[in-house]
Amino acid sequence: MAVMNVNPTRMQLQKLKKQLNTALRGHKMLKDKRDELMRQFLDLVRRNMELRVSIEEQLKKCNESFASAGAVMSSEMLTQSLLTTSQKMFANPSTKNIMSVNVPVFTTEKRNNDTSAVYPYGFAFTSFELDDAVSALAKVSEQLVELAEIEKSCEMMSVEIEKTRRRVNSLEHVLIPRYTDTIKYISMKLEENDRSSKARLMKVKDMLLEQAHHYSEQE
Amino acid sequence: MPNKIAIIGDSESIKGFAAIGFDLIECDKPEKAGALLRNTAETELYSIIYMTEETFVSSERERKKYEEKSLPAIIPVPGLKGNCGIGRQRLSDFVERAVGSDIIFNN
Repeated sequence: MAVMNVNPTRMQLQKLKKQLNTALRGHKMLKDKRDELMRQFLDLVRRNMELRVSIEEQLKKCNESFASAGAVMSSEMLTQSLLTTSQKMFANPSTKNIMSVNVPVFTTEKRNNDTSAVYPYGFAFTSFELDDAVSALAKVSEQLVELAEIEKSCEMMSVEIEKTRRRVNSLEHVLIPRYTDTIKYISMKLEENDRSSKARLMKVKDMLLEQAHHYSEQE
Repeated sequence: MPNKIAIIGDSESIKGFAAIGFDLIECDKPEKAGALLRNTAETELYSIIYMTEETFVSSERERKKYEEKSLPAIIPVPGLKGNCGIGRQRLSDFVERAVGSDIIFNN
Protein backbone atom coordinates (compact mmCIF):
# COMPACT_ATOMS: atom_id res chain seq x y z
CA MET A 1 0.00 0.00 0.00
CA ALA A 2 1.53 3.26 -1.11
CA VAL A 3 0.22 6.10 0.96
CA MET A 4 1.25 9.63 0.12
CA ASN A 5 2.77 11.81 2.78
CA VAL A 6 -0.25 14.05 3.52
CA ASN A 7 -2.16 15.30 6.53
CA PRO A 8 -5.33 13.29 7.14
CA THR A 9 -7.75 16.21 6.92
CA ARG A 10 -11.07 16.67 5.14
CA MET A 11 -9.64 19.35 2.91
CA GLN A 12 -6.87 17.05 1.77
CA LEU A 13 -9.42 14.30 1.20
CA GLN A 14 -11.52 16.52 -1.04
CA LYS A 15 -8.46 17.58 -2.98
CA LEU A 16 -7.30 14.00 -3.48
CA LYS A 17 -10.75 12.91 -4.61
CA LYS A 18 -10.71 15.59 -7.27
CA GLN A 19 -7.24 14.56 -8.37
CA LEU A 20 -8.29 10.92 -8.53
CA ASN A 21 -11.21 11.87 -10.71
CA THR A 22 -8.95 13.74 -13.11
CA ALA A 23 -6.49 10.85 -13.16
CA LEU A 24 -9.26 8.37 -13.95
CA ARG A 25 -10.57 10.55 -16.75
CA GLY A 26 -7.07 11.04 -18.15
CA HIS A 27 -6.41 7.34 -17.94
CA LYS A 28 -9.52 6.50 -19.90
CA MET A 29 -8.76 9.04 -22.59
CA LEU A 30 -5.13 7.98 -22.94
CA LYS A 31 -6.20 4.36 -23.14
CA ASP A 32 -8.61 5.21 -25.95
CA LYS A 33 -5.88 7.17 -27.70
CA ARG A 34 -3.47 4.25 -27.39
CA ASP A 35 -5.99 1.76 -28.75
CA GLU A 36 -6.92 3.90 -31.73
CA LEU A 37 -3.28 4.71 -32.51
CA MET A 38 -2.43 1.04 -32.30
CA ARG A 39 -5.22 0.08 -34.67
CA GLN A 40 -4.13 2.61 -37.26
CA PHE A 41 -0.46 1.80 -36.74
CA LEU A 42 -0.95 -1.91 -37.35
CA ASP A 43 -2.83 -1.25 -40.59
CA LEU A 44 -0.15 1.16 -41.72
CA VAL A 45 2.76 -1.07 -40.81
CA ARG A 46 1.26 -3.99 -42.78
CA ARG A 47 0.84 -1.75 -45.81
CA ASN A 48 4.39 -0.52 -45.27
CA MET A 49 5.78 -4.05 -45.35
CA GLU A 50 3.92 -4.90 -48.57
CA LEU A 51 5.19 -1.75 -50.21
CA ARG A 52 8.73 -2.30 -49.04
CA VAL A 53 8.85 -5.87 -50.28
CA SER A 54 7.58 -4.80 -53.70
CA ILE A 55 9.95 -1.82 -53.91
CA GLU A 56 12.96 -3.85 -52.86
CA GLU A 57 12.13 -6.40 -55.51
CA GLN A 58 11.83 -3.69 -58.19
CA LEU A 59 14.99 -1.92 -57.10
CA LYS A 60 16.85 -5.21 -57.27
CA LYS A 61 15.79 -5.58 -60.89
CA CYS A 62 16.81 -1.98 -61.60
CA ASN A 63 20.20 -2.58 -60.08
CA GLU A 64 20.64 -5.71 -62.17
CA SER A 65 19.82 -3.75 -65.30
CA PHE A 66 22.23 -1.00 -64.30
CA ALA A 67 24.90 -3.61 -63.69
CA SER A 68 24.40 -5.09 -67.16
CA ALA A 69 24.34 -1.60 -68.68
CA GLY A 70 27.62 -0.92 -66.89
CA ALA A 71 29.06 -4.09 -68.38
CA VAL A 72 28.17 -3.07 -71.93
CA MET A 73 29.00 0.63 -71.72
CA SER A 74 31.99 2.38 -70.29
CA SER A 75 31.56 3.75 -66.82
CA GLU A 76 32.24 7.34 -67.97
CA MET A 77 29.62 7.05 -70.67
CA LEU A 78 27.10 5.69 -68.19
CA THR A 79 27.69 8.47 -65.70
CA GLN A 80 27.58 11.09 -68.41
CA SER A 81 24.30 9.71 -69.75
CA LEU A 82 22.61 9.75 -66.40
CA LEU A 83 23.88 12.95 -64.89
CA THR A 84 22.80 15.28 -67.67
CA THR A 85 19.18 14.98 -66.69
CA SER A 86 16.73 17.84 -66.81
CA GLN A 87 14.13 15.95 -64.84
CA LYS A 88 13.64 16.99 -61.25
CA MET A 89 11.29 15.42 -58.77
CA PHE A 90 9.86 17.20 -55.74
CA ALA A 91 7.91 15.92 -52.77
CA ASN A 92 5.81 18.73 -51.37
CA PRO A 93 5.11 18.03 -47.72
CA SER A 94 1.91 18.74 -45.86
CA THR A 95 0.81 17.21 -42.58
CA LYS A 96 -2.00 14.95 -41.52
CA ASN A 97 -3.12 14.68 -37.94
CA ILE A 98 -3.58 11.11 -36.75
CA MET A 99 -4.60 11.17 -33.07
CA SER A 100 -2.48 14.27 -32.47
CA VAL A 101 0.55 12.87 -34.29
CA ASN A 102 1.41 15.17 -37.17
CA VAL A 103 2.56 12.79 -39.86
CA PRO A 104 3.82 14.05 -43.21
CA VAL A 105 1.97 13.60 -46.48
CA PHE A 106 3.98 14.03 -49.66
CA THR A 107 2.57 15.09 -52.98
CA THR A 108 4.94 14.51 -55.83
CA GLU A 109 5.66 17.07 -58.45
CA LYS A 110 7.84 16.73 -61.49
CA ARG A 111 9.49 19.51 -63.39
CA ASN A 112 8.76 17.73 -66.60
CA ASN A 113 5.67 15.56 -66.78
CA ASP A 114 6.64 13.99 -70.07
CA THR A 115 7.37 10.28 -69.49
CA SER A 116 10.34 10.43 -71.82
CA ALA A 117 11.97 13.16 -69.72
CA VAL A 118 13.73 10.49 -67.68
CA TYR A 119 15.92 9.64 -70.65
CA PRO A 120 18.34 12.54 -70.67
CA TYR A 121 20.58 10.89 -73.26
CA GLY A 122 20.45 10.12 -76.93
CA PHE A 123 19.65 6.51 -77.70
CA ALA A 124 22.42 6.14 -80.25
CA PHE A 125 25.34 5.42 -77.96
CA THR A 126 23.69 3.82 -74.98
CA SER A 127 22.62 0.25 -74.41
CA PHE A 128 19.01 -0.87 -74.11
CA GLU A 129 19.72 -2.22 -70.61
CA LEU A 130 20.14 1.34 -69.47
CA ASP A 131 16.75 2.28 -70.92
CA ASP A 132 15.20 -0.66 -69.07
CA ALA A 133 16.82 0.33 -65.82
CA VAL A 134 15.81 3.96 -66.06
CA SER A 135 12.22 3.24 -67.03
CA ALA A 136 11.89 0.72 -64.18
CA LEU A 137 13.29 3.28 -61.77
CA ALA A 138 10.88 5.93 -63.04
CA LYS A 139 8.01 3.55 -62.38
CA VAL A 140 9.15 2.89 -58.85
CA SER A 141 9.74 6.57 -58.03
CA GLU A 142 6.14 7.37 -57.04
CA GLN A 143 6.04 4.29 -54.86
CA LEU A 144 9.29 5.35 -53.22
CA VAL A 145 7.71 8.61 -52.15
CA GLU A 146 4.67 6.76 -50.83
CA LEU A 147 7.01 4.44 -48.93
CA ALA A 148 8.75 7.44 -47.39
CA GLU A 149 5.41 8.86 -46.30
CA ILE A 150 4.15 5.63 -44.75
CA GLU A 151 7.42 4.66 -43.16
CA LYS A 152 7.88 8.07 -41.55
CA SER A 153 4.29 7.88 -40.28
CA CYS A 154 4.95 4.45 -38.79
CA GLU A 155 8.13 5.71 -37.14
CA MET A 156 6.42 8.71 -35.57
CA MET A 157 3.39 6.69 -34.51
CA SER A 158 5.50 4.01 -32.89
CA VAL A 159 7.27 6.68 -30.81
CA GLU A 160 3.93 8.21 -29.83
CA ILE A 161 2.39 4.83 -28.96
CA GLU A 162 5.34 4.01 -26.74
CA LYS A 163 4.94 7.31 -24.91
CA THR A 164 1.18 6.90 -24.52
CA ARG A 165 1.60 3.33 -23.34
CA ARG A 166 4.01 4.43 -20.65
CA ARG A 167 1.63 7.17 -19.54
CA VAL A 168 -1.32 4.78 -19.37
CA ASN A 169 0.70 2.27 -17.39
CA SER A 170 2.05 4.80 -14.95
CA LEU A 171 -1.44 6.14 -14.34
CA GLU A 172 -2.92 2.69 -14.00
CA HIS A 173 -0.29 1.08 -11.83
CA VAL A 174 1.23 3.94 -9.88
CA LEU A 175 -0.79 7.10 -9.67
CA ILE A 176 -4.34 5.79 -9.37
CA PRO A 177 -3.56 3.11 -6.71
CA ARG A 178 -1.61 5.71 -4.76
CA TYR A 179 -4.57 8.08 -4.78
CA THR A 180 -7.12 5.41 -3.83
CA ASP A 181 -4.89 4.13 -1.03
CA THR A 182 -4.35 7.60 0.36
CA ILE A 183 -8.05 8.40 0.17
CA LYS A 184 -8.82 5.18 2.00
CA TYR A 185 -6.16 5.96 4.60
CA ILE A 186 -7.49 9.47 5.21
CA SER A 187 -11.13 8.41 5.45
CA MET A 188 -10.24 5.61 7.87
CA LYS A 189 -8.20 8.00 9.95
CA LEU A 190 -11.08 10.50 10.00
CA GLU A 191 -13.59 7.83 11.00
CA GLU A 192 -11.23 6.67 13.71
CA ASN A 193 -10.95 10.24 14.97
CA ASP A 194 -14.73 10.54 14.96
CA ARG A 195 -15.14 7.36 16.93
CA SER A 196 -12.51 8.29 19.47
CA SER A 197 -13.96 11.77 20.03
CA LYS A 198 -17.46 10.27 20.34
CA ALA A 199 -16.24 7.80 22.96
CA ARG A 200 -14.45 10.60 24.79
CA LEU A 201 -17.59 12.74 24.79
CA MET A 202 -19.70 9.90 26.13
CA LYS A 203 -17.18 9.29 28.86
CA VAL A 204 -17.06 12.97 29.78
CA LYS A 205 -20.85 13.14 29.77
CA ASP A 206 -20.97 10.18 32.13
CA MET A 207 -18.47 11.80 34.43
CA LEU A 208 -20.36 15.11 34.46
CA LEU A 209 -23.69 13.40 35.16
CA GLU A 210 -22.04 11.43 37.90
CA GLN A 211 -20.75 14.65 39.48
CA ALA A 212 -24.15 16.34 39.24
CA HIS A 213 -26.48 13.59 40.38
CA HIS A 214 -24.29 11.10 42.24
CA TYR A 215 -26.05 8.09 40.63
CA SER A 216 -23.66 5.59 42.14
CA GLU A 217 -24.41 6.75 45.68
CA GLN A 218 -28.20 6.52 45.17
CA GLU A 219 -28.07 2.84 44.30
CA MET B 1 9.33 24.76 -47.52
CA PRO B 2 11.67 21.78 -48.00
CA ASN B 3 10.56 19.75 -50.98
CA LYS B 4 13.59 18.23 -52.65
CA ILE B 5 14.50 14.59 -52.56
CA ALA B 6 18.03 13.40 -51.92
CA ILE B 7 19.73 10.05 -51.93
CA ILE B 8 22.91 9.31 -50.02
CA GLY B 9 25.07 6.34 -50.96
CA ASP B 10 28.03 5.08 -52.92
CA SER B 11 28.21 6.57 -56.39
CA GLU B 12 27.58 3.28 -58.20
CA SER B 13 24.37 2.55 -56.32
CA ILE B 14 22.77 5.96 -56.58
CA LYS B 15 23.77 6.99 -60.10
CA GLY B 16 20.49 5.86 -61.61
CA PHE B 17 18.41 8.03 -59.31
CA ALA B 18 19.77 11.13 -61.01
CA ALA B 19 17.71 10.26 -64.07
CA ILE B 20 14.43 10.41 -62.17
CA GLY B 21 15.28 13.72 -60.55
CA PHE B 22 16.72 12.98 -57.11
CA ASP B 23 19.70 14.95 -55.81
CA LEU B 24 22.71 12.69 -55.47
CA ILE B 25 24.93 12.93 -52.44
CA GLU B 26 27.85 10.64 -52.97
CA CYS B 27 29.30 8.91 -49.98
CA ASP B 28 31.90 6.29 -50.84
CA LYS B 29 33.05 5.88 -47.25
CA PRO B 30 30.22 4.76 -44.96
CA GLU B 31 31.89 6.35 -41.91
CA LYS B 32 31.32 9.76 -43.44
CA ALA B 33 27.62 9.13 -43.92
CA GLY B 34 26.69 10.63 -40.55
CA ALA B 35 28.29 13.99 -41.28
CA LEU B 36 26.84 14.04 -44.78
CA LEU B 37 23.38 13.28 -43.47
CA ARG B 38 23.65 16.05 -40.91
CA ASN B 39 24.78 18.56 -43.51
CA THR B 40 22.04 17.51 -45.90
CA ALA B 41 19.29 17.64 -43.30
CA GLU B 42 20.46 20.97 -41.93
CA THR B 43 20.07 22.70 -45.27
CA GLU B 44 16.31 22.20 -44.77
CA LEU B 45 15.84 21.82 -48.47
CA TYR B 46 14.99 18.16 -48.45
CA SER B 47 11.73 16.58 -47.41
CA ILE B 48 12.89 13.04 -48.10
CA ILE B 49 16.40 11.64 -47.78
CA TYR B 50 16.91 8.10 -48.99
CA MET B 51 20.00 6.28 -47.84
CA THR B 52 21.55 3.07 -49.07
CA GLU B 53 21.60 0.42 -46.38
CA GLU B 54 25.33 0.71 -45.71
CA THR B 55 25.22 4.44 -45.10
CA PHE B 56 21.98 4.08 -43.18
CA VAL B 57 23.58 1.73 -40.68
CA SER B 58 26.67 3.86 -40.13
CA SER B 59 24.73 7.06 -39.44
CA GLU B 60 22.59 5.76 -36.60
CA ARG B 61 23.60 8.45 -34.12
CA GLU B 62 22.72 11.30 -36.47
CA ARG B 63 19.41 9.73 -37.43
CA LYS B 64 18.17 9.65 -33.83
CA LYS B 65 17.74 13.41 -33.91
CA TYR B 66 15.25 13.26 -36.77
CA GLU B 67 13.24 10.36 -35.41
CA GLU B 68 10.45 12.45 -33.92
CA LYS B 69 10.51 15.26 -36.46
CA SER B 70 8.17 14.94 -39.39
CA LEU B 71 10.77 16.23 -41.84
CA PRO B 72 13.03 15.04 -43.34
CA ALA B 73 11.93 11.44 -43.72
CA ILE B 74 15.04 9.28 -43.73
CA ILE B 75 14.38 6.00 -45.51
CA PRO B 76 16.74 3.08 -46.21
CA VAL B 77 16.80 1.57 -49.69
CA PRO B 78 18.89 -1.38 -50.88
CA GLY B 79 22.03 -0.42 -52.79
CA LEU B 80 23.98 -2.26 -55.45
CA LYS B 81 25.43 -4.65 -52.91
CA GLY B 82 22.03 -6.14 -52.39
CA ASN B 83 19.45 -6.21 -49.68
CA CYS B 84 20.55 -7.01 -46.16
CA GLY B 85 17.09 -6.77 -44.64
CA ILE B 86 17.58 -3.50 -42.79
CA GLY B 87 14.32 -2.01 -44.02
CA ARG B 88 12.34 -5.00 -42.78
CA GLN B 89 14.25 -5.11 -39.54
CA ARG B 90 13.37 -1.45 -39.07
CA LEU B 91 9.65 -2.15 -39.49
CA SER B 92 9.94 -5.00 -37.06
CA ASP B 93 11.61 -2.61 -34.60
CA PHE B 94 8.72 -0.15 -34.98
CA VAL B 95 6.22 -2.85 -34.10
CA GLU B 96 8.35 -3.94 -31.19
CA ARG B 97 8.58 -0.42 -29.89
CA ALA B 98 4.84 0.18 -30.20
CA VAL B 99 3.47 -3.15 -29.04
CA GLY B 100 6.24 -4.43 -26.79
CA SER B 101 7.06 -7.43 -28.91
CA ASP B 102 6.94 -8.09 -32.61
CA ILE B 103 3.55 -9.72 -33.10
CA ILE B 104 3.26 -9.17 -36.84
CA PHE B 105 6.46 -10.09 -38.59
CA ASN B 106 7.81 -12.45 -35.92
CA ASN B 107 11.44 -12.20 -36.83
